[in-house]
Amino acid sequence: MSIGKNRNVTDIFGKLFKNQIFIPLAAMFILLLFNLVADPSFFKITMGYNSAGNPVLSGYLMTILDNGSELAILAIGMTLVTAASGGQDISVGAAIAIAGSTLLRALCGTNTRPDTLRMPIFVAFIISCLVAMAFGAFNGALVSIFKIQPMVATLILYTAGRSIAAWINNNELPIISEPKFGYYGGFIPGIPIPTPFFIAAAMVVIITLVLKFTNLGLYTQAVGINESSSRLNGLNPVFIKWLTFVILGACVAVAALIKVSRLSSINYSVIAKDIEMDAILAVALGGNALGGGKFNMASSIIGAFVIQMLTTTLFKFQVPSDALPAYKAVVVILLVVFSAPVVRDKMSQIIKKMNSRKGAV
Amino acid sequence: MANEALLSLRGIDKVFPGVMALMGVDFTLRKGEIHALMGENGAGKSTLIKVLTGVYTKDNGTIELEGKEVSIRSPQDAQHLGISTVYQEITLCPNLSVAENMYIGRSDDIYQNWKKMNEGADKMLKSLDIPARATQQLGSCSIAVQQMVAIARAVDMDCKVLILDEPTSSLDDQEVQKLFKLMRELKGRGVGIIFVTHFLDQVYEVCDRITVLRDGKLVGEYEIKDLPRLQLVSKMLGKELDDLSDIHTEENASHIDEKGEPLFEAEGLSSTEGIKPFDFYIRKGEVNGFTGLLGSGRSECVRAIFGADRVVSGTVKKDGKTIKIQKPIDAMKNGIGYLPEDRKVDGIIGDLSVRENIILALQVMKGFFKPFTKAEAYAFADEYIKALSIKTASADTPIKSLSGGNQQKCILARWLLTHPDYLILDEPTRGIDVGTKVDIQKLVLKLASEGMSITFISSETDEMLRTCSRLIVMRDRRVVGELKGEDLTQNKIMSTIAGGDEAK
Repeated sequence: MSIGKNRNVTDIFGKLFKNQIFIPLAAMFILLLFNLVADPSFFKITMGYNSAGNPVLSGYLMTILDNGSELAILAIGMTLVTAASGGQDISVGAAIAIAGSTLLRALCGTNTRPDTLRMPIFVAFIISCLVAMAFGAFNGALVSIFKIQPMVATLILYTAGRSIAAWINNNELPIISEPKFGYYGGFIPGIPIPTPFFIAAAMVVIITLVLKFTNLGLYTQAVGINESSSRLNGLNPVFIKWLTFVILGACVAVAALIKVSRLSSINYSVIAKDIEMDAILAVALGGNALGGGKFNMASSIIGAFVIQMLTTTLFKFQVPSDALPAYKAVVVILLVVFSAPVVRDKMSQIIKKMNSRKGAV
Repeated sequence: MANEALLSLRGIDKVFPGVMALMGVDFTLRKGEIHALMGENGAGKSTLIKVLTGVYTKDNGTIELEGKEVSIRSPQDAQHLGISTVYQEITLCPNLSVAENMYIGRSDDIYQNWKKMNEGADKMLKSLDIPARATQQLGSCSIAVQQMVAIARAVDMDCKVLILDEPTSSLDDQEVQKLFKLMRELKGRGVGIIFVTHFLDQVYEVCDRITVLRDGKLVGEYEIKDLPRLQLVSKMLGKELDDLSDIHTEENASHIDEKGEPLFEAEGLSSTEGIKPFDFYIRKGEVNGFTGLLGSGRSECVRAIFGADRVVSGTVKKDGKTIKIQKPIDAMKNGIGYLPEDRKVDGIIGDLSVRENIILALQVMKGFFKPFTKAEAYAFADEYIKALSIKTASADTPIKSLSGGNQQKCILARWLLTHPDYLILDEPTRGIDVGTKVDIQKLVLKLASEGMSITFISSETDEMLRTCSRLIVMRDRRVVGELKGEDLTQNKIMSTIAGGDEAK
């Protein structure tokens, strides 16, 4: 009886090992465990008041929820692009600079220290969203119509994007004093949980609904796996690939709103720097093949928060920010090797062996 | 001497999780013989070959080469022992020269004597009568010559055992003959050749002996003269086979309404793939076919009908009304389905499940914003898995892990699910086992009797004679004739293809 029960448990583990979502969850678990052992203060959440006198929760976990949000939002778009085109968009950091700059330009006009905003924030966001989607469409056109490798195609915007962003505001740095603008990247008065987390949650809900009530998932995967056969089934691979880039553009605009709101200003060369790498890592850590095809959206989103957890953990142990990438690289290597199908197959084999040995005893 | 066993496998077992792929299989290859390894898909042919070439390790049994027991743990081991394999897909590098391909990965020296290498390659090519030069880029040779170069590479490595795994499936008749000539030449040199193929004709043309496998077990080893064709098929299937002769076209044509508007009609159709403008029609409940040599343009014709290639001229009518087909979705919306020639490249979506593959076409027709619910999708998939007896663990299994025949059935299910009025089947039986071939032919006739119009293309003429009531003959990308009724004989088709007599 107890053996039977045991077997069930190991069976469940065996299945879990094969499930894609296991990878980011396991990585998260290991990171949490490490923090628990090394310094439990990681889990401490305190209630305090920020400079505006609003109640806010703070602590490392809150930092992760807060800063992981942009990453999660980008991971949504990046997952779709990866699935359909079999490549990645490396220009999202630069595109965030463009979208953020557009947002400020729309709100401030030519006056860099405005007392009142020229238009509602929502309208300005729609404008910046359209601009970001247009740049996404540009990338998408290069990839889908002209069949340029995604990394090479987006290298163009990666290189030029930040200059374009600076040019939009005549290389000036507008500062917005309107406190409402700060809500998106900070806190809404009376709510102690950071707003970016709510925005990310909303995006997750939207993409979940889209995947449930449209065929976006099936079509992107089909195109990513076999373009020629998708076409013969009546799909338009060119359009679908292009569409994923446009969707990523919308994700970029949302991330840009949060980023700019945090500062109430912008720094063209630093804003969202290297975020594309973290977004791609989130997709990879989610166990999605970077060569395109099948994907698991939940896995990518959890992956994004794990990446942020890693960054925050490293900061907590006072790794200097210059050295951060090196440390991160080591951990990432471990994570990626651990999540490689070869290793996972081996592991589920080992589990099975243990299982049968137990059965024999 | 000729009967001396070169390679002998005894009691080979191979177990995969949940499947006994090979059970106590014996196999003997003699010096200087061509030995056919036959069996349906999933009978264990590929597994046996992979055990022999070190891709899989056997669980039980012994392998003896020239009387000595050997252990083969990797493809390198096999190569060192003189066991070479030439696969269906060319595994050479098309961007390197012929000589480079023959010598690549074989020298341990840093220094490479190019002149000597080219001379050696030329000598080998000449001695085997292969029409290629050492310095020619491999990609510029025809597929058949590339295959021969792969064989020459094996011969140059002093191979004693040469395994040819479906080498002829992408060759036309002439090229097959060249390959056979080469095989006979090697046979004369004492090389033992294992030949795996689905083409029965070829087995009887070139082989000395046949070993038949079924369900991972050895059925028997036979001299070619002791095993007539029909018996071979029944041994492979494991039952007496009247099925093949059952199928007849006599009744086939009777239910077709010869008068009235055709269901589908094309005039002066041509595409970017360089076919000459052609006229075509099909009536309700008719089965017709395009025949001709490989590359004569038969696939291009049906691709033009379906809008798979870009159509450059011509008008198309469905039920008497002019319609426009520019891309596949236009054709699908007009009730046309198309099962493409190349299952791997154009048919399956490998990583997706059987269920997703089956519903894909209907789903695309239904629209982006109207996905099927999970329950609907499962219902569709299960219905067709049952109807076509598709062998799969579940509807969630990735289609790429199914055998070729079952993959083809899934693609067939995909189109049947769209309930087309007109279904185009381009080589639906290529590379699949005899049992499934018969199933598909029967299904075609059944569908036609229910009123579906079907265009059927096959490289095997007898298959077309069995199913089609009208054949359109093609040569050099041009329609050269149409045969029906009493003209539907092998000879008549051949002579029309050859162009000796312009039958109209």
